[in-house]
Amino acid sequence: MVPLNWYLILSAALFCIGMYGVVVRRNAIAILMAIELMLNAVNINLLAFWRYHEPVAATGQAFAAFVYVVAAAEVAVGLALIDAVYRRRRTVDPEEINLLRW
Amino acid sequence: MTAQQALFLLFGVITLGAALAVVVGRNLFHTALWLLLVFFGVAGIYVLLEAPFFAAAQLFIYMGAIGILIIFGVMLTRRVMRQPLPRANEQWWLAAIMAVALLGVLAWLAWQQPWTAAAAAVPENSISLLGLALVDPEGFALPFEVASVLLVMALIGAVMIVRER
Amino acid sequence: MGVWAFLSNVIVNIGDWLRGLLTAAGMGAGWVNLIMSLISAVVLAAFPLVVVIFMIWAYRKIAARMQGRLGPNSSGTWAGPWGIIQTFADAIKMLTKEDIRPQGVDVVPYNLAPILIFAAALMVWAVIPFGPGRAIGSDLGIGIFYILAFSSAALFVVLMAGWSSNNKYATVSAFRAVAILISYEIPQLLSVLAVVMVAGSLSMQRIVEAQEVPFLFVLPLPALIFFLASLAEVNARPFELLEAESELVAGYQVEYSGMKFGMFYLAEFINAVGMSAIFTTLFLGGWRGPWVGAAPILGTVWFLLKVSLMVLVWMFVQITLPRLRIDQVLAFSWKFLVPLTLVTVCVVGLVDRGLSEVAAGGVGVWARAGALLAANLVVAVLTWLVASLGARREQRRVEAWRAAQLEEAEVGA
Repeated sequence: MVPLNWYLILSAALFCIGMYGVVVRRNAIAILMAIELMLNAVNINLLAFWRYHEPVAATGQAFAAFVYVVAAAEVAVGLALIDAVYRRRRTVDPEEINLLRW
Repeated sequence: MTAQQALFLLFGVITLGAALAVVVGRNLFHTALWLLLVFFGVAGIYVLLEAPFFAAAQLFIYMGAIGILIIFGVMLTRRVMRQPLPRANEQWWLAAIMAVALLGVLAWLAWQQPWTAAAAAVPENSISLLGLALVDPEGFALPFEVASVLLVMALIGAVMIVRER
Repeated sequence: MGVWAFLSNVIVNIGDWLRGLLTAAGMGAGWVNLIMSLISAVVLAAFPLVVVIFMIWAYRKIAARMQGRLGPNSSGTWAGPWGIIQTFADAIKMLTKEDIRPQGVDVVPYNLAPILIFAAALMVWAVIPFGPGRAIGSDLGIGIFYILAFSSAALFVVLMAGWSSNNKYATVSAFRAVAILISYEIPQLLSVLAVVMVAGSLSMQRIVEAQEVPFLFVLPLPALIFFLASLAEVNARPFELLEAESELVAGYQVEYSGMKFGMFYLAEFINAVGMSAIFTTLFLGGWRGPWVGAAPILGTVWFLLKVSLMVLVWMFVQITLPRLRIDQVLAFSWKFLVPLTLVTVCVVGLVDRGLSEVAAGGVGVWARAGALLAANLVVAVLTWLVASLGARREQRRVEAWRAAQLEEAEVGA
């Protein structure tokens, strides 16, 4: 049997890799990909806890299902925004979209 | 090392390796393909967690829909005639240190707590239990409806944002 | 076990005998399971390949006869009696062709795409029930959902093939392919939902066991919708835009030659057989038929007969219908099939639920089947009325426009 700690460490590693990607990448779509990594890490965490602590209740599974819904909605809106920005400014580099920066 | 642990290591290595390729990849299309491999690895983890419905849903939603959306996004926003962007901004070393530190803290937390390795068995009809919980008024019916409204809002919002004027 | 008893359930009995051999040879249970899984995977992968060999020949023969030609035959260019060797000749030709590698292709996705599409085509055979009981690769609890998930996950392979070919036509075709596949996933999924609601389980074996009356007669409208959506998913005419030789050369396969193209070609036929098998399982009753209880191997025979029937229907549709345009294909899916499927699913659900509320212990099988059939026919007739009203209005509009055009021409002349 795989101990629960292994799943938690895997999800923590995936989350940290995603976080690094969000902070560092200079392409908005790559940032979106890294956000998806983080959401997947959260899902692994939720399902691991569901499996190891309370597999009879459907709470963990329902929670994971809602994370799926939110991820799908967020990718759709995120890509729409990136596309709109690309049409105006011809760039997807977040460093160049700095009109509101101090 | 039981077979389950070997499979977990295999899928874990696939997932983490592909995730690293996603965040340091140079060619954006290849990065998108590595992301699809991450989704596949995570689906394998779900199978190990005895949640086959979520493994199939992962393939369906992430690989079949979100992955395609991201690939379309990559193709539609290509900088064709200019120099490719640098991959990382100037604070990459700080971000790397922070990511490793966060990983260290979380991993230490995960190891310190006394988790039980053995667990109760998953009921046979977990899928129908999930379905019942999602429409149960005292269960998750309200979040279910709110999630549907959220999806419709996202759909309409996305279409409005990219509409040609 | 007597010979007849052995033969009457031959698939399961051979499996048990092999398992007994391996266990007697002293292997642990985990290893025995692993080896049995590998053997069944090889058998399940070989089965559609063997079927496709005959299917390609049958397709060419039937297409030829329906078009007034002879097809592969034993006079002229000799292709074996009745032209049976044609498929082998095709295979040898494809194997010996030069493997062109165009300049500028993205090497890894370009080479990976045929393999992945082949793998995706073969994956669905793991959960198709060939007979009652254990004559199935793996009776997953999520059977039909697994099939739909893998059909959906195979979308990105088309994009890989098109994009990495470094060819505008291939890319355009790949985009169109993904648009069609995504659009027709929804009617497919919703019509399967209707079946799952009536059968009460996602598992393929349970769906077959729930079909005392084949679902073709209980849910004809979802059956038709599923058939149309599957035609689009396997790129068969009338939705066969991508291999439109006169328009887009060969679509996203244009830069592939030799065995890589052979893989695409085979994958298309295996997809067709796979969709026929899924339709048989969902709507025609799978392995159900007379005398299956006594001799389960007959279940496999009935299953193969039904799959052959569906493959024939697929061939007839493919040979006789012309191609639709891309906007017609998408409009048909989004403006017609999706609303129709939603309405059908709602009606089926309401009728089924209403029946189980009305009668305390549930109604009998025939009453339920009859009620659902009636509901389906009502929805179909209403749809036909609405569609014909819309068609009449459209025709009047076109005639008015044409009359206006004639007037303009007269005035101008």
